[in-house]
Amino acid sequence: MSDTTAIANGAVDDAHHEHPPYQRHHFETVAQQFDATNFAMWLFLLTEVMFFGGLFMAYLIMRNWYYPAFVEGSHQLSIFWGTANTGVLIVSSFTMAMAVWSAQMRRKGALLGFILLTIILGTAFLGIKAIEWHEKWEKHHVPGFHWSEASFLNPQSDTEVYSEYHDKPLAPDMAAKTQQYFFLYFAMTGMHALHMVIGVGILVFLFFRARAGAYTTGHYTFVENFGLYWHFVDIIWIFLFPLLYLISRY
Amino acid sequence: MSGPHAEAEHEPHVVSPVVYLAILGCLLAATALTVWASYIDLGEWHIAPGLTLFWNPVVALAIASTKMTLVVLFFMHVKYSTRLTKLTVGAGLFTFLVLVGMTLADYFTRAWGRW
Repeated sequence: MSDTTAIANGAVDDAHHEHPPYQRHHFETVAQQFDATNFAMWLFLLTEVMFFGGLFMAYLIMRNWYYPAFVEGSHQLSIFWGTANTGVLIVSSFTMAMAVWSAQMRRKGALLGFILLTIILGTAFLGIKAIEWHEKWEKHHVPGFHWSEASFLNPQSDTEVYSEYHDKPLAPDMAAKTQQYFFLYFAMTGMHALHMVIGVGILVFLFFRARAGAYTTGHYTFVENFGLYWHFVDIIWIFLFPLLYLISRY
Repeated sequence: MSGPHAEAEHEPHVVSPVVYLAILGCLLAATALTVWASYIDLGEWHIAPGLTLFWNPVVALAIASTKMTLVVLFFMHVKYSTRLTKLTVGAGLFTFLVLVGMTLADYFTRAWGRW
């Protein structure tokens, strides 16, 4: 089959040379296969950069036009939960990097453990996000769903936030722009959360495949490339956190 | 293994868990630093009349960019990767800067005095 084509093309004059079972025939070596798939994964991540880049660009423009509204909108977010989530994701990036290391070192037990830890941390992140979004819902700060500007027209009515920041009441036209802030908040954290859900889903798949020994025979490309995706989603949050939560807390 | 191709083979480099732990520590420290800095008024720089640079967002983005660099270089193995991978990452960064820069150029050249 492939031998005759190879000989006909003059590519190799010896018999079909030995290669591991997971090396596809259109690659010369395992290393080349790894490099090619790694490159492809990076190209996908570049499309994700442009995808989130559009949202960040919209944020940049809106924040500069309606800064006071963004400041008071940001004060409504919980620094505690935001920082906790940042810590959770950073540790999950560490456990994911350790999972790749475990696959490289062919340690199946460690690999399973680190995949499981990453799943737990990713789910914890989503749980904290749910808590935060629920709070936003209860305070009527979800654009389009019983939206209310009372907290911004009259900050003293929101005693918890007012006691910390003593915001000044916003003029009606600027108060209306807080809806822009919260729209961007939900769009950006929502898109990020969707990426997390997909990531956790793939991690579950990874767990069962790893348990079957798929990644501890030298063929750990899938784990490495999924690691790239997971770290990328972490990087998005690394930028979302200061931009949404830390606008002006003094 | 025979063949006409004799170019350098890239054997994937195994990064030590000690390095990963060190990077984890740096990332968590940088997070604490950025939260702490957000509670302090770092002032501004009046470059020209009507053109002011506020230091708080600059510092926050600088810290975030440093964290990103650490994740990209070490967790994503780019420091130990082929030149093709490094070029690809650079191309992504460049294109993102074009996105931001050209869009801002569009807005800045629309209505003088009130962009």
